[in-house]
Amino acid sequence: MICLIDYDKGNLRSVQRGLEAAGAAVVVSRAPEDITRASGLVLPGVGAFTDAMRTLEATGQADAVRDAVREGVPFLGICLGMHLMFQFGEEHAKTGELTPGLGIIPGVVRKMPKEDSRGVAHKVPHVGWNTVDVTDDALFEGIPSGTHFYFTHSFMAPESACTVGTTTHSVTFPSAVRSGNAYGVQFHPEKSSDAGALLLEDFVRIVERA
Amino acid sequence: MLAKRVIPCMDVKDGRVVKGVNFVGLRDAGDPIELARRYDEERADEVIFLDITATSDDRATTVELASHASEELHLPYTVGGGFRSVEDIRKMIAAGADKVSVNSAAVADPTLITKAAHAFGTQAIIVAVDAKRVAGGADKWEVYVAGGRRATGIDAVQWAQEAAKRGAGEILLTSMDRDGSREGFDCALTRAVARAVDIPVIASGGVGKLEHFAEGILEGEADAVLAASVFHFGELSIRQVKEDMAAHGIPIRM
Repeated sequence: MICLIDYDKGNLRSVQRGLEAAGAAVVVSRAPEDITRASGLVLPGVGAFTDAMRTLEATGQADAVRDAVREGVPFLGICLGMHLMFQFGEEHAKTGELTPGLGIIPGVVRKMPKEDSRGVAHKVPHVGWNTVDVTDDALFEGIPSGTHFYFTHSFMAPESACTVGTTTHSVTFPSAVRSGNAYGVQFHPEKSSDAGALLLEDFVRIVERA
Repeated sequence: MLAKRVIPCMDVKDGRVVKGVNFVGLRDAGDPIELARRYDEERADEVIFLDITATSDDRATTVELASHASEELHLPYTVGGGFRSVEDIRKMIAAGADKVSVNSAAVADPTLITKAAHAFGTQAIIVAVDAKRVAGGADKWEVYVAGGRRATGIDAVQWAQEAAKRGAGEILLTSMDRDGSREGFDCALTRAVARAVDIPVIASGGVGKLEHFAEGILEGEADAVLAASVFHFGELSIRQVKEDMAAHGIPIRM
């Protein structure tokens, strides 16, 4: 059973439908107990890092996720859910401060620059279909490098040893990360047509094998 | 590299697509979901449902449409038209819309943009700008509201800048002079806005021929191009449009 973690950050229907189409049994839940019981976890989300962490900490969901990930339960963070895997985020944090995240991967999630290294302007939010350069990994089985996925975000994950996919806009940034059985993607597989469906199938297979 | 987007737009009244739909193979050409599914299969990059229902009584139908779309579509979709408050927007986002587009209400109260962006994130808020060229030759455009019926005296480029500053994630820019003309986008308007803001601009209004799409990107400097009837009537397919854009060297997702 995959637990799709509900913390009032948008509609979860398309993620749920995507996972079910990939063959998973899904429970959409606000309860930390469902996180503890699940054989796989998906943390979706749009919105701001600080507000999201406040909710997840207050409900006890954050600690339940940290425990489950430590025990090796497969986890997939989508968009904001991927950002929350990191140690800190600056979005909507108090000036000069950083908001602690789930702390699965080291580093700080920061605003995407609006200029590239040559000073050329790029539009932020980064909205639309962009390609992912994949390093070989289970989450991208059957998905070649250069496949388009749908992105919509203004903040980006930091470089780390956990990067398994990159995308280039104003800068080249990690669009897929992995730490053990914990995965994160910056794009929205549930909105990314057949390529997205394939990725969700790959994640469901990872859950089944674990 | 980020692909330039091709976006079919459906005008919806009382839950039905209007402005004519002439597709073969559709069971019900007036059903917005069925049409959107067709565009989804043809690899449109996203779709927009524009609610042109005059009264607020029928908002429930539109919320239902958004919810139905989240069950049926595998691509992002925007719902536009008729929003008056953050609460209206909340209902639509909760129903599954990825983005909403606000127009008249944002002009009447620009703080709506800020409040909505704070509640749902910048990426979820599109500000739609209906602009008409000011007589007299200079490159100046005026914002119109209420479905293009009421002039505001506001400069379109300045308004787009303010919307961006207040937290809009994209500008959906419609040239009222070109809308329905089939003469192509107003590239001077599109370029003026695209250069003035640091958020993506969707060009709208005027497409009649294949090459107009590439013009909107190359001359108008738009990030996305929108059209309605050329797609609804089956005159052009999404694939044809993307192939032509690719032939012009524009990055697209096939």
